Amino acid sequence: MVLTEQQMERYSRHIILEQVGGAGQEKLLASKVLIVGAGGLGAPAAVYLAAAGVGTIGIVDGDKVDLSNLQRQIIHHTPDVGKDKVLSAQNKMRAINPDTKVITYNRRITAQNVRDIIRGYDFVIDGTDNFPAKFLINDACYFEKIPFSHAGILQFDGQLITVLPGRTTCYRCIFSAPPPANVVPSCSQAGVLGVLAGVIGSLQATEAIKSLLGIGELLTSTLLTYNALTMEFRKVRLSRNPDCPLCGRKPRITELKDEEQIVCDLKNCKC
Amino acid sequence: MTLVVNGKQTNITDGLTISELLVEENVKMPQMVSVELNGQILKRSEFDRTVLKDDDKVEFLYFMGGGNGAD
Repeated sequence: MVLTEQQMERYSRHIILEQVGGAGQEKLLASKVLIVGAGGLGAPAAVYLAAAGVGTIGIVDGDKVDLSNLQRQIIHHTPDVGKDKVLSAQNKMRAINPDTKVITYNRRITAQNVRDIIRGYDFVIDGTDNFPAKFLINDACYFEKIPFSHAGILQFDGQLITVLPGRTTCYRCIFSAPPPANVVPSCSQAGVLGVLAGVIGSLQATEAIKSLLGIGELLTSTLLTYNALTMEFRKVRLSRNPDCPLCGRKPRITELKDEEQIVCDLKNCKC
Repeated sequence: MTLVVNGKQTNITDGLTISELLVEENVKMPQMVSVELNGQILKRSEFDRTVLKDDDKVEFLYFMGGGNGAD
């Protein structure tokens, strides 16, 4: 691939970086990233990855844009309320950068479809809002050997970790299974500062770009936690867990299955 | 005795177990927490029988969802 004159100008601030250069930009244009969830985390990740010239971006979401999304999901605008999130996101990414090919998956991931969706991508961004999906992405990326960025946000706190499956600490090394029902507060009940999603989603996009370019140090075997109120970032080193049910010495998970959807109903919620 | 809990020096009662530390540190939903002790993730079944020592480094790691639409 040879960069056109327009591309030289569009990506000039990347190309001027020693660690990126023309070759790095060409690499980005030939790369494929899948974003699962076109929400708070997926929105900034999609915007920055499209702007960066990632050649193919897949976006997975089965929901429609809701008015209450707009406080943080910056890829969706007021006229998009009621539209499919993946189509709304695709329109914005196309407008930002015609170099980026956007593939939409207007559905939720399940144990049945997830491996087919993620196969062939170079990096996966977990921007989902629920634990079954987070475990499913972790497990599917393990079986397909695709690096991914996991993240979560709640109220004023966020955290993320990058996983190189089979080589670095995975989500199940930390949490072997989803938490029991009715103990999980969700953003709709507990609230979330909108810009927090932007901070964490942008960090996920940073990890994707570093992974695609093979530069710097990825946030592997390390959980980065952030609190917006104290402006404190902390890196917590997390070793691989030999008892991990997925990537440990004696794996118990040898195929994908859907974890039970945990719904925190307000009546029984302890949050 | 003194521990480092999530990066902060913390004085606690001597001889506490992990389960008791979760109570003393006011962790409201212990089911939502994984615990790393001196760099190793502990099994939940070990919370009751793991007694803390001076200078131990403890990390409470919280389940965090969020990020998407409905949530």
